[in-house]
Amino acid sequence: MRIELEKRAKVSTLFSVLSPFIAFLLTIVFGGIMFALLGKNPVAALYSFFVEPLSEVWSLHELAIKAAPLIMIGVGLSVCFRSNNWNIGAEGQFIMGAIAGSILPVVFYDWQSPLVLPLMMLMGMLGGALFAAIPAFLKAHMNTNEILTSLMLVYVAQLFLDWLVRGPWRNPGGMNFPETRTFAVDAILPEMIASGRTHWGFAFAIIAAVLVWFMMRYTLKGFEISVLGQSERAGRFAGFSSRRMIWFSMLLSGAFAGLAGISEVSGAIQQLRPVISPGYGFTAIIVAFLGRLNPLGIVAAGLVLALTYLGGEAAQLSIGVSEKVTRVFQGLLLFFVLSCDTLIHYRIKLVFERLAATSTEGSR
Amino acid sequence: MGIVEAILLSVITAATPLVLAAIGELVTERSGVLNLGVEGMMIMGAVSAFAITQITGSPVLGMLAGVLCGALFSQLFAFLTLTLVANQVATGLALTLLGIGVSGMMGESFLGIQGIKLQPIAIPFLADIPMLGPLLFRQDIIFYLSIALVAGVHWFLFRSRAGLKLRAVGDSHASAHALGVNVIRTRYLAVMFGGACAGLAGAQLSLVYTPQWVENMSAGRGWIALALVVFSSWRPWRVVAGGYLFGAVSISQLHAQAFGLGIPSQFLSSLPYLATIVVLILISHNRRTTLINTPASLGKPFVPDR
Repeated sequence: MRIELEKRAKVSTLFSVLSPFIAFLLTIVFGGIMFALLGKNPVAALYSFFVEPLSEVWSLHELAIKAAPLIMIGVGLSVCFRSNNWNIGAEGQFIMGAIAGSILPVVFYDWQSPLVLPLMMLMGMLGGALFAAIPAFLKAHMNTNEILTSLMLVYVAQLFLDWLVRGPWRNPGGMNFPETRTFAVDAILPEMIASGRTHWGFAFAIIAAVLVWFMMRYTLKGFEISVLGQSERAGRFAGFSSRRMIWFSMLLSGAFAGLAGISEVSGAIQQLRPVISPGYGFTAIIVAFLGRLNPLGIVAAGLVLALTYLGGEAAQLSIGVSEKVTRVFQGLLLFFVLSCDTLIHYRIKLVFERLAATSTEGSR
Repeated sequence: MGIVEAILLSVITAATPLVLAAIGELVTERSGVLNLGVEGMMIMGAVSAFAITQITGSPVLGMLAGVLCGALFSQLFAFLTLTLVANQVATGLALTLLGIGVSGMMGESFLGIQGIKLQPIAIPFLADIPMLGPLLFRQDIIFYLSIALVAGVHWFLFRSRAGLKLRAVGDSHASAHALGVNVIRTRYLAVMFGGACAGLAGAQLSLVYTPQWVENMSAGRGWIALALVVFSSWRPWRVVAGGYLFGAVSISQLHAQAFGLGIPSQFLSSLPYLATIVVLILISHNRRTTLINTPASLGKPFVPDR
């Protein structure tokens, strides 16, 4: 038996909508099998992983807090991926955004003003964008592969943050713990809803998603992004510059990742620590693909992947599996998403050798 | 043993996994497939090699398990990108993310356990040469394999018929297909070879370099290996040169930290990553030579017409 693909005459709208759902179902089935192999009751395990975190108000707030950076970064990355720019260093841009945004509350600790918060957000965006400008410059002007450079810079950003919080930015009154001062009230992103911890970062993420959705759908820029992504040559004939697009998409996604970083630090952690992200920048890649690179889809996908973080913690408490199960679920999900996307462009046919025996040798 | 020998020895140990992973990826890319999952295959190799060594007590079996695991894991990528023509960049990332997740879970019960080191094998006579002997001929089997594999790959690609076909597939899959070469099968095998090499590189990490299991212990080496392939302009022996250069950079930062030069350790630790970027710039800034060297079908999907 072998698998053959037959190109569809036109893109299947049905499967464009269905494929993320099929992928999610397959992930759940495989997850159940995995739990069974670990000797757990799969139904109970899946329940505690995917349903329990949704049953209480406080955990819904945690969901929004975790979804905020994922959506924010994922939306930015969708613009990159659509225009064929593979920025996979969002984790580093997230960290540098957080650092740049923290300059005011850490270094100029005494300055208190209602201006602090908006300035922090701006500097966060600037920090992320500047860090993304490195791979953008190298790709646009030095012909250097952006996948590798943006990824290498993640390690550099992590080490830089580690140095800051253990060295010059360490809290002088903090018993030598590797962390900065706790931010003053003026520098803390306020809560959005009275019932819990969800901060304004979540609103930023939704606004970003809507703005990018509008840009992709109704503006010339959105058209330019799609055209250059599908065919650079066609884009050139239309007068679009792929070099300018590298700059645009990388700076945009860097700024979004940076804003996500400073929002997370200012809203949820309220100080800098050696590690401020459980891999949001990488998980956001999965979010972008699960949302089929559509900003509104990414909002839903961000919530799903935020759930896998909470589910991992819940499953560790209630059924005693390692929270590392989260990463496995995330990886599986991306795999299934990518395989299901095939259905959009191709019909998959199973060919049995006996029936195909008449076909010529050379074609196999 | 003198200090110079000790340093050179540590450079070799640091360079071997890079050379191995890069030579495997080089063959994969020569067939036209860009597999960004090297990091994931490597970490899977590392954890399975460590686990099987702990269970059986034999690091040689562990090493074989690492190779097997890397090869099998790579087939997941191959199925998605070759049979289902999924996007290679995204699927490679998926392989890395999944590998890091699965290895973290598999390795959880092995954290903090002292590993068993793969013992060196002295080659008779050669091992007694002063200086060179202890460096090159009193090594573990993985080091010998790394050099043999580079030589083997060079011979295969440029001296054998099958290698010529593989390069044809990588340079123009449509023409190769028209000539009757089985493009998909060639690529499956090339990806599998890349996976096996990355698995062996991982096994070297958990059995030779630091014989223990630490989560995420490959620490970006899979990505550096990918950069090495670009650095080598897809030529096998240059992988060795690049691998040893990077080995030297990562070791020199360790020694600089030991000497306490007053430079924060984090800056020294970021040197290998910064060096990778600098090298990539130097190699790729000339658009024309890059275009000539890169396999022409690299990363492009292929669906055979019938």
